[in-house]
Parts: sequence; structure tokens; C-alpha cells
Amino acid sequence: MLNRRTLLTAAAATVAAPAIIARAEDMPGVTATEIKIGNTNPHSGPASAYGAIANADAAYFRMVNDQGGINGRRINFISYDDGYSPPRTVQQTRRLVEQDGVAFIFNGLGTPCQTAVHAYMNSHKIPQLFVATGADKWGDYAHFPWTMGWQPSYRTEAAIYGKYLLKAKPDAKVAVLYQNDDFGKDYLIGLKDGLGEHYGKMVIKEVSYETTDPTIDSQAVTLQGTGADVLVTAATPKWAAQTIRKIAELNWHPLHFMTNVSVSVGAVLKPAGEANATGLITGAYQKDATDPQWANDAGMKEWLAFMRKYMPGADITDNNHTYGFGVSMTMAQVLKQCGPDLSRANIMKQAASLKDLEIPVLLPGIRVNTSSTNFHPIRAMQLQRWSGKGWVLFGEVISA
Amino acid sequence: MAARTAAVVLGVLVLVAPAFLLSGYNLFQLTMVAAYAVAILGLAIVTGYTGQVSLGHGAFYAIGAYVTAILMTDFALPYWATLPIAGVICAGVGFAIGFPALRLTGPYLALVTFALAVAVPQMLRAKALEAWTGGVQGIVVTAPDAPAGLRLSQDQFLYLFTLAVALLLFGLARNMLRGRMWRAMVAIRDQPLAAEAAGIDVARVKTRAFAVSALFTGVAGSLGALAVQFVAPDSFSAELSIALFVGLVVGGAGSLPGAVIGAAFVQFVPNIAQQVDKSAPGVVYGMLLVAALYFMPAGVAGALRNGLRGPAPRRSAATKSTTKPQGGTIHVE
Repeated sequence: MLNRRTLLTAAAATVAAPAIIARAEDMPGVTATEIKIGNTNPHSGPASAYGAIANADAAYFRMVNDQGGINGRRINFISYDDGYSPPRTVQQTRRLVEQDGVAFIFNGLGTPCQTAVHAYMNSHKIPQLFVATGADKWGDYAHFPWTMGWQPSYRTEAAIYGKYLLKAKPDAKVAVLYQNDDFGKDYLIGLKDGLGEHYGKMVIKEVSYETTDPTIDSQAVTLQGTGADVLVTAATPKWAAQTIRKIAELNWHPLHFMTNVSVSVGAVLKPAGEANATGLITGAYQKDATDPQWANDAGMKEWLAFMRKYMPGADITDNNHTYGFGVSMTMAQVLKQCGPDLSRANIMKQAASLKDLEIPVLLPGIRVNTSSTNFHPIRAMQLQRWSGKGWVLFGEVISA
Repeated sequence: MAARTAAVVLGVLVLVAPAFLLSGYNLFQLTMVAAYAVAILGLAIVTGYTGQVSLGHGAFYAIGAYVTAILMTDFALPYWATLPIAGVICAGVGFAIGFPALRLTGPYLALVTFALAVAVPQMLRAKALEAWTGGVQGIVVTAPDAPAGLRLSQDQFLYLFTLAVALLLFGLARNMLRGRMWRAMVAIRDQPLAAEAAGIDVARVKTRAFAVSALFTGVAGSLGALAVQFVAPDSFSAELSIALFVGLVVGGAGSLPGAVIGAAFVQFVPNIAQQVDKSAPGVVYGMLLVAALYFMPAGVAGALRNGLRGPAPRRSAATKSTTKPQGGTIHVE
């Protein structure tokens, strides 16, 4: 019976709660000596290149354990293969939660895979922390208070382009080419965030393409015809390469912003022609493992030392390894902040209480910040320009 | 007669018992086994009994799953009402595809159906269908709770519901496979020329078998969608079709219990493989598969019937017909 007295008792208990040290039964997955953390990742199948992230996560927690664990508890990190198949993600996540009894799920990978367990995690009130996907929806704290992303979302990235344009080129005539799906549309929303009231004036044309279109040639011609001097392209690698090549053929040279999904040298710039891509701009938040400017950087040296000791033989040019290092360090900080109270509620509360956390593999000036109304831990990027040979950072770090 | 009734009652009790003995995650796994068993049963009708190799049944599973997801979210239909609709739609698609495709035999049919398995996930992403399918984002399905009055958890209810549908479909298949249809199908598999000479309309029987097969697998897809509570193109890659085929062959291509055993293989062996060797689960899975086929050439069901008899016997001349895909490995009751 829910009467006034039980309500009062409950209220009193809530007030008193912080003073009481949480008991073991309130802390699933946690013992006096161990914290059990679950993860799903494509260790097999077509997306298995991402398996490198979970391997780096596991290596990071081995290092934490070698250094004495967190507040005296060692981390037991369990990563299961879901092959990037949502039904298997459901199965493995339930196995982790219900059979292995993990405290929470950390850094599960893939937008469709994590979507499949989004409702499950939230209805069972289990933290789904720092998911490895760029969709914006992982920051929806009002509807999914047990889920949080990590990297800048597509929307954040586009907002940063908008903010840069407002400052550096306020008279710009902007054209947008976007893939007609949630990924592409996140960029339109982000640009609106960044440009604010100037959106209607500055953006003179939005053109979409379908992934079934064989080429984007007609879209490129249309956009050139508008007389725009800025182009924002939200395209996946194949169409990104076509866009770069086509506008060079048309002898159109707008200030070209490219989604950081499609800036791989091998997959986009080489097929497009590295010279054609000269001047291309994108946003970055991590230090690139192959960039010589970080050769003497203390943060990257720390990462390299970690790689040599805990992942010997692994590819040190693979940015998935810097990503795994960075996201795991964020996780370790959350657990440190939890102190003795490793209840799920407190883990979530501490995840939403990160203040100016510095991560050695992030670009200087980019810090991790969260709050009860900010579930997007990284909201800043620095722009970089393709020189024809490599990416060169320029300007200041911009926050969305 | 009384002994038989007792056996049936005992069998049902054994199947129902897990709902009250196991926890959520294990029940979920058994629910998936039941769904896969129905899918493999569908495949067995066309491949095991009629001898037409299909590597595309994942496509029907996907269509069934999407029909349920779309009907529940966009048309607010109750979950149970979506099952027959999914079955009928899949039967229609199966019939339409079977009509031209089944004029092909052996490897040609296998390739055409495999093309279907590859094409469907991409079609689900297509812009034209996005308003319904949700594109790459997929659809979140709200799984049914147990009807009021039944004191069952959602997992218990889903298991029992899936089990009931599976038992119904296995019963239907068993009846169907005792009649004329079955004799015609087996005749086509073993001796297509003789079957035709005996007056069997080969194309018609094959097309019907394909439609019924698609119906079963489509309903299985619906059950799977309810259990997983989410559908997306990535859920139904071409690998699913291969997995169903593997389940069929490992279980025993021409037997009803084989479908259940095959489903258990599909559900549990990848996890076992991962526990044996985390870095190369595919290798372990492959080795287990080869071992299973080497020692149990007629599938697990065949081995249980005949006892382990070692490596596959040499095929006799009589079984070497062109339409028979797996030579000596397909076993007839």
C-alpha cells in the first residue's frame, strides 16, 4: 500500500542514502575484490576490424589491475562476440547481465547492435556506458537515463562546422550534400544548431543522395550552379570520394567540409585523388597515431608505452587502439569517482559528473565533460585541413 | 494407445518445464532455439524432403520478422495476429520466387536463392521502404507481456508462446509429410524423371513445397522478432541463411527432430566455439562442423537412429541423382 507513511519513509531513505555505505546486494557485479564489466563487440565477421577496440579496452584494464586496480578492486572485463548482429547482441548482453552478473555494460559497439539493447538496459536500470557509435541519440538523458555515448556525435560535429563558419566566414553561401538517412540528417540538424538564426540566410541549398544512386554527379552540378562558396558533405566513403573527385573535375573550389566518417586516406582520399582533396576540412578529436607531430607528445608516449607492454605486436597505426585507450581511461575515472559505492545508480551518477577530464590521446584542449543534462562526453573538436600529403590541424578547439 | 498418450503428455511436460526451471537468459536462448527450429523445419521441407537446396531462407525469416515489426508498430496489431499474416506474405513471396527459381536445380537454384539472401538486407535499407522498415535504424518491437491473470514473466510467456506455435507447426508438418504431398516430394528428390513419368506435376509440387517452406520460416522470423524485440537489416545478413542451412544438415536434413537439434547447434555452438578459443571462434566452429558431418553424415538425428557408424559410407549408385544435393547425407525416414 502506497500511503503517506511509506512515501515519507521512502523520502527519508533517499535523503539518508548518501550517508549509508551501499551494501553488497545493492551492488550487482561488485565484490570486495572485483568489479565485473561486460562488453559486446564484433570479434568476428565483416566488422571485426572494430574488435581492436575491445582488445584495447581489455588491455587497458589489465594495466589497471597491474597497478593495483581501482579503490582496491580489480576489473574483470568480459567481452563477447556479437558479429555486428543485433540478435546476437541481445543474447550476449543478456548473458553478461543475467548469467555473468556484470555491474554494467561498457563500450558496446555498433548503432544497430546497441539500439537492440537500448530499451532492455534502460528498463532494467543497468548502465550502458560510453557506447561506441556516433549517433546522436545516445545522449538522450531524458528518455534513456541509463545510456551514454562518448565520441562527438555527427550532430555535434556539424554544429562545430557551423560555429566555425559563423566566425571565419559569416558571409558564406553554404551548400549541403547529405546522405538521405539518419546519419546524413544528423548533419542538417547539427548545422542548424551551429548556425542558429543564420541558417536560413547562409544555407542556400540542401541536396540529398540515396545510397542506391550510382553517382552524385548530378547533385554536384546542381550545387555548383547555386554559386555556393562553402560545401558541407555528409556522405559515406564511396560517395565522399566521388564528391571530391567530381567537384575537382567541375573546377569548383568551395571551402569543403567533409564528415569525419569519410576522411580515411586509403578509403576516400586515394580513390578521390589526393591532390583533388587538397584543402578539404574535417573535425578531429583524437591524436592520429600516424601523425609525426605527436612523436614527442607526452600523451602519445604514454599510449605507446601502454601498447608496447600490454598489446605487443598490435598495429600502432590503428586509431581504434587510441580510441580504446581513451574510452577505457574515462571508464576508470568514473569508477574511481564512485569510491566505495559501486551501485548502478552511483556509477551512472558519476558517469554524469565528469569535469574537465584530460585524456592523453585526445587533442590538446579537448576534455571530457558530462552533467545530469549533458550525456555527450566529448563536445569539442579541432579542425584539420588536408595538405595534399597529410592532415594539418589549424585554429582553436571549437565546442559545440 | 494409452502408452502413446502418456508419451505425448510426458513430452509436453518436458518442454514446458524449462519455463519454470530456468532463468531469463537461458529461457531466451530456448525461445530462440524454438524459433530457429521452425525456420529449419521450413528449410527441411524444401531442401530435406524435396531435395532443392535453398541458401536463401534467411530472407524469408527476415520478411516474417519485418512483417511482425511493421504490423505491430505502424498498424497496432496484436502480436499474435501478425504471425499468420507474416506466414501468408512469406508463402506468397516464396511462391512467386519458387515459380521461376524451381525450374532450376542443384547448384543453380542454390545460387539464385543465395542471391535472395544477399539482396533482402539491402532492400530493407532502401529509401522507398524506409517509412516502414526504418532503414538502417531498424524497428524496436515492444514484446508482449503475459495476458493479465497469468502470473508469468515476459520471458516465461514468450518461451511458452513460441513453444506452442512451434509445436503447432511441427504437428502440421508431421501430418503433411505423411500424405501424398510427402510421397510426391520424396519421389521428386530421389528420382525426378521417374516421378514425372509417374504423373507427378514436378513443377507444381516443388513450387508448393517452396511456398509452404517459406511460410514456416516466415512465422519463425516473426517469433524471432518478438523474442529479440528489434529488427534491423544487420540482423538478417546472408550468414543467417548459411546458419539455417548448417543447422539443417547438422541436425539431419530429412527429419523433424533434426530441425530442433540443428536449431540448438545454430544457437549454442558459436558460443561454445568462442569459449574454446576467443581469437578464432570461426576456426573452432568450422572444426566442430566438419567433425559433426564426418562422424554423423546423416546428421545428429540420423546418428541417433542408426548409431554412430563412422565416416560417411560410399554412396551407392542408386542415390546419385542430379537433384540430390548432399548425396548420402540426406536420410529418409
